[in-house]
Amino acid sequence: MSLQTIGRPTRADFHDAAEAPHGHGLLQDEPLIFELGGWDKTGVDLPDGDEPADDLAGFTRAEPLRLPGLSEPETVRHYVRLSQKNHAIDLALYPLGSCTMKHNPRLNEKMARLAGFADIHPLQPVSTVQGALTLMAELARWLETLTGMPAVALSPKAGAHGELCGLLTIRAAHEARGDGRKTVLVPTSAHGTNPATAALAGYGVVEIAQTADGRVDLSDLAAKLHPDVAAVMVTNPNTCGLFEREVIEIARLTHAAGAYFYCDGANFNAIVGRVRPGDLGVDAMHINLHKTFSTPHGGGGPGAGPVVLSAALAPYAPTPWLRHGPDGFSFAEHATGESATALGRMCAFHGQMGMYVRALSYMLSHGADGLRQVAEDAVLNANYVKARLAGAMSQPFPEGPCMHEALFDDEWLEGTGVTTLDFAKALIDQGFHPMTMYFPLVVHGAMLIEPTETESRRELDRFCDAVLELAAAAKAGDVERFKGAPFHAPLRRLDETQAARKPRLRWTA
Amino acid sequence: MRYLPLTAEDRAHMLGVIGASDIEALFADVPAAARREALPDLPAHAGELAVERTLAAMAGANRAAGAGPFFCGAGAYRHHVPASVDHLIQRSEFLTSYTPYQPEIAQGTLQTLFEFQTQVAALTGLPVANASMYDGSTACAEAVMMAHRVTRRRRAVLSGGVHPHYGETTRTLAHSAGIDTIRLPAAVDDEAAVLAAIDADTACVVVQTPNVFGTVSDVTKIAQAAKAAGALTIVVTTEAVAFGLLKSPGEMGADIAVAEGASIGNALNFGGPYVGLFACREALVRQMPGRLCGETVDAAGRRGFVLTLSTREQHIRRDKATSNICTNSGLCALAFTIHMSLLGGTGLAALARINHARARALAEAVGAVAGVEILTPRFFNEIAVRLPRPAAPVVEVLADGGILAGVPFSRLDPAAALDDVLLLAATETTSQADIDALAVALSKELG
Amino acid sequence: MRFTKDHEWVDLEGDTATIGITAYAAEQLGDVVFVELPAAGKAVKAGEGLAVVESVKAASDVFAPVSGEVAAVNDVLSDNPETVNEAPEGGGWFVRLKGVTAADVEALMDRQAYEAFLATL
Repeated sequence: MSLQTIGRPTRADFHDAAEAPHGHGLLQDEPLIFELGGWDKTGVDLPDGDEPADDLAGFTRAEPLRLPGLSEPETVRHYVRLSQKNHAIDLALYPLGSCTMKHNPRLNEKMARLAGFADIHPLQPVSTVQGALTLMAELARWLETLTGMPAVALSPKAGAHGELCGLLTIRAAHEARGDGRKTVLVPTSAHGTNPATAALAGYGVVEIAQTADGRVDLSDLAAKLHPDVAAVMVTNPNTCGLFEREVIEIARLTHAAGAYFYCDGANFNAIVGRVRPGDLGVDAMHINLHKTFSTPHGGGGPGAGPVVLSAALAPYAPTPWLRHGPDGFSFAEHATGESATALGRMCAFHGQMGMYVRALSYMLSHGADGLRQVAEDAVLNANYVKARLAGAMSQPFPEGPCMHEALFDDEWLEGTGVTTLDFAKALIDQGFHPMTMYFPLVVHGAMLIEPTETESRRELDRFCDAVLELAAAAKAGDVERFKGAPFHAPLRRLDETQAARKPRLRWTA
Repeated sequence: MRYLPLTAEDRAHMLGVIGASDIEALFADVPAAARREALPDLPAHAGELAVERTLAAMAGANRAAGAGPFFCGAGAYRHHVPASVDHLIQRSEFLTSYTPYQPEIAQGTLQTLFEFQTQVAALTGLPVANASMYDGSTACAEAVMMAHRVTRRRRAVLSGGVHPHYGETTRTLAHSAGIDTIRLPAAVDDEAAVLAAIDADTACVVVQTPNVFGTVSDVTKIAQAAKAAGALTIVVTTEAVAFGLLKSPGEMGADIAVAEGASIGNALNFGGPYVGLFACREALVRQMPGRLCGETVDAAGRRGFVLTLSTREQHIRRDKATSNICTNSGLCALAFTIHMSLLGGTGLAALARINHARARALAEAVGAVAGVEILTPRFFNEIAVRLPRPAAPVVEVLADGGILAGVPFSRLDPAAALDDVLLLAATETTSQADIDALAVALSKELG
Repeated sequence: MRFTKDHEWVDLEGDTATIGITAYAAEQLGDVVFVELPAAGKAVKAGEGLAVVESVKAASDVFAPVSGEVAAVNDVLSDNPETVNEAPEGGGWFVRLKGVTAADVEALMDRQAYEAFLATL
C-alpha cells in the first residue's frame, strides 16, 4: 500500500473531560439556530395575507418547510456570538503560508456596495452597464500590465477555477492542432489543486522531482518532457517560499517540447510590481484576487481567479470576451464569430464582479509604486521572521533569502515529544493563528509562515517572541503545554476521527 | 501608503537583523533579466477620496436595478435583503477569516456552515448538503461529473429547459472528462423529449424547475425513468426562493439537487459572487465535491464542528480528488444562512407566495398587451412571453425609457431561433406601478 | 501468512487468499475512518489498486499483492472501520481473492523477512 502518514494525529486527548464551562467573559455558549428559533417565527415583516397559489396546485410542497426563524435582535446576537469564536486577520497576525492573509481594506467593501455595482443585473442591456464594463476593462489592463501578458480571462471564480480555465485553454489550443496530449507535469511540492485540476481537465499527472535546494529538478523535468506532455504547472515563487531561479530555462524546455508553461500565481504577492510572469515565458497564470489583491477570504470564499494568457493561448479564452468599439464596451458572450475559438463558458454570467471592484479599489489605492512596495515589504517581513526564528527552528532550505514565506521543518522537535501539530495548537494559546502545517508535503513536519506586508514590526516581534518562547518550552520538555493545547481557545482539540467515522452533516431533532 | 505599516527606519532595522545589505539582496534569486524597475503604464498610489471618486464615476455610469421598473431574471433575481445581513457578514471575524482548518478558533464559521448545510438540506429535501460551490452553474457541472463517477457512464442528458449558461458551463467541464453532453432543444416544457433521451448509457438527466422559461414542473416521472435506467436525476433551481412554495427536488426523486442560492441574502452583483447549493442522497456523500462540515466533540466533551470527509478533497487526494475546488463561497453562504434564519420556513413560504403573486399580476398585465403571448404554462416568479417581433431591440428601447424590461432569450442562446421570446421576472421588489409602467411601455412600443 | 514491502499481508487457503494491511501499517496510519473496497467479481492483477484506506487526513492505496478475482470483501469495515486498527491481521481483513496461484504467494516475504524489512525503515 501507499502508506500515507503525512497529516496529523486525529483524535483528541480526552484527559480533562471534566471541564465543560458554559461560556466565560465575552465568549458565550451559543446553540444552533435550530435549537433557538421558532418554527412559526420570522424576523422579516412581509405584507399580510395568504397570497393564492391555486394555479400551482399539485406542484407545491406537501409538507410545510421545517426551518426555524428568529427575530432580528435574536439573529444579530446569535451571529455576533458565533463570530467571536473565530480568529481573524483583523484581530492578529494570521501567518498561513500560501494563503496571503493580508489586511482587507474597508474602502474596497464600501466601493463594492455602491448601487451602481451591487445592484446591477448581469443581463441588463450593456448600454446600461458601461461603467461595469469599464471597470472590468480597467482591471484587465492592470492585470495584463502587472504580469506582462497580452490577455486575461476574468470569469474564473477562484484560484482552482482559474487553474482549470488555464488548463482547458491549453487543451483547446492543443486540440485545435489535432494534438491530443494527455499528461501534465507537476512538482511534488505543488498545491493539491494543481494535480486535482489536471485530473479534472482530463490529464494524467506525472510528478517532477525537487532539488536539494527546494527547486524544480531540471534534469528530471527534461527527462519527463516527452511529446505527450501538454503542460508543465509550476508555482513561482514556489510552495517552499523560494523563487525558481531557473524559471526561464523551465519555460524554454517546456516550449521546446511543444508544451505550455502554466504558472500557479497563488504567490504573486511576493513579486507583484517587480517581476512580470510574461518576461519569464509563462503562457497562463491565475491570480487569486483574494490573496495578492486583498479581497477578503470570508471564511473560505468567495474568491476570484482571473487567468492571464499568452498570445498563443488568448484565442481559446472562455466567453464572455470584453470588447471595445465605437459604441463603447460590449461582450462577446457566445463562441461564434470573432470568439469562435473560445473554449466555452467557465460559469454563468461574467465572473466575480464584486471581487473585481474590491481588487481595482486596492490597485488604485496602491498604484504601481505601492504594489512594488507590497512585494518588498512582504519579502522583507518573511525574511525577518526567518532570521529571528532561524536559531531556534530548523529549516529545510536555510541557504539564501526566502520570498514571501519562511519554511521550517520538524527536525528541531525530534526527541521533544512535541509534533508540528502540537506546536501549532500551542500557538493558538499565544493568541496567534497557526502557520500552515504539513505543507508542502515534500518537507517533513512542515511549518510554513507567511506574515504578509500588512504586519507591523511590532506585531512581527510579538509573533516571533511567542514562537521563540514556545520553542524553548518544547526543548525544555514542557510537553504538557503542547499535548493538550489549545487550552485557551473557545474549544479544545476536536475529535476529527469521530466526525469522519460517523458523519453528522446536518442537525436533526 | 496607508496599508503598509513599516517605516523606513523599520525596514533598515529589519534588513540589519536579516543581514542583508538592501532589499535587492532579498530578490537575488530573480534572474536579472526578469527584474523590472518600474511599471510606467500604471498610475501611482492614490488616497481614499481619489479612489472613491474614480470608482463612483464608474458606478454612476450604470443603471442600478433599483432606479426604476426592473424585470430581469434568467438566473439572477433581485430581492430585498434585510440590513442586518450585510452588517453581520462584515463582522471582522467572518469577513477576514480563512477557511476553518483550525477548528478550535473557527467555530463561528464552522457552526454557521453546519446551519447552512442543514438549511440547504431542508430546502432541497435531500439529507446531505455541502458547504457551498461557486454558483449554481458550476454546481450543475460538478453534479454531472459526480454522476459520471457514480455510474461510470459518459452521457449526460440536459433538458431544453436548463439555463443555457448552465448547459455551456457543464459542457466545458464535461468535455475534458470525455462526457457527452446532450443538450435537448430549448423548450418551454420538454418532459417527453427528456424521457425519450434516457438510455442505458445515460449517467444523468439534468432538469430545471422552475426552468429558464419559468415553467414549474414535477420531475417525478423523469426521476423514475432515470432510476429505472440506472441514471441519476439532477434537479437544477436558479431561484432559491421557489423552495418556499414548490415541491422540493428530494420530494420528486432527485439524486442530486443543485441551485443558485444568491436570491437569499445576496445582491445581484452583476452576476457574482453568488453561492452554489449542492445536496444529494446519503449514499452518494463520498462522491460529493466541496467541503463538508460535521458535528463532533472536543477534548472536554463539548459539541463542536469540524471540516470532515476531507479525503475527497484536493489538498489530500490530489489527482484523485472528487473536485479541484478549494475556495468556495463562504461569505455568500453566511449571508444566505443569516437571511434564512431571519425568514424561517414560514417567512420563506410567505415570501415565495408574494413572489408568485407579483408574477401573476405581471402575467395578467403583460398578457393583456396586444400581440404579446404568454408561453409559460405554470410559473413561479418568471414568465416567458412571445412578442410580435425580436425582443432585444424592444428591451433596448424600453431601457432608454428607464424600464429594464427583462432578458431577451436570444441573449442566452442566439442559436435557438427564439429571438421573439422575452423572459420577465417579478419579485417582492416589483410594485404594481412598475408592472403598469411596463405594460404601458410595451403597448406603446408594440402598438 | 506472507507480507509485502507495501505492508499488505496475504493468507492463502486453497486457491483463496485473504488480504489485509499489517499491524505496522495500521499503527502508522492512525485511526482508520473509512475503507473503500472493490466489487465482488472484479479481476485484479498483482500491483493494481485493490482498496483505499482512509484516516482523517490521508488516503492510502492498498495494492493487490497477487492476482485473482474478488470473491468477498469484509462488510464489517463499512460500519466499523476501526476494526482495521483493532485487529489488522484478523477481523480487519479487506478482501478475499480466489483463483490465486500459490507460487505468487510463496514468493512474498515471510514474517521473519518482513520484520527484518521493518527494522530497516
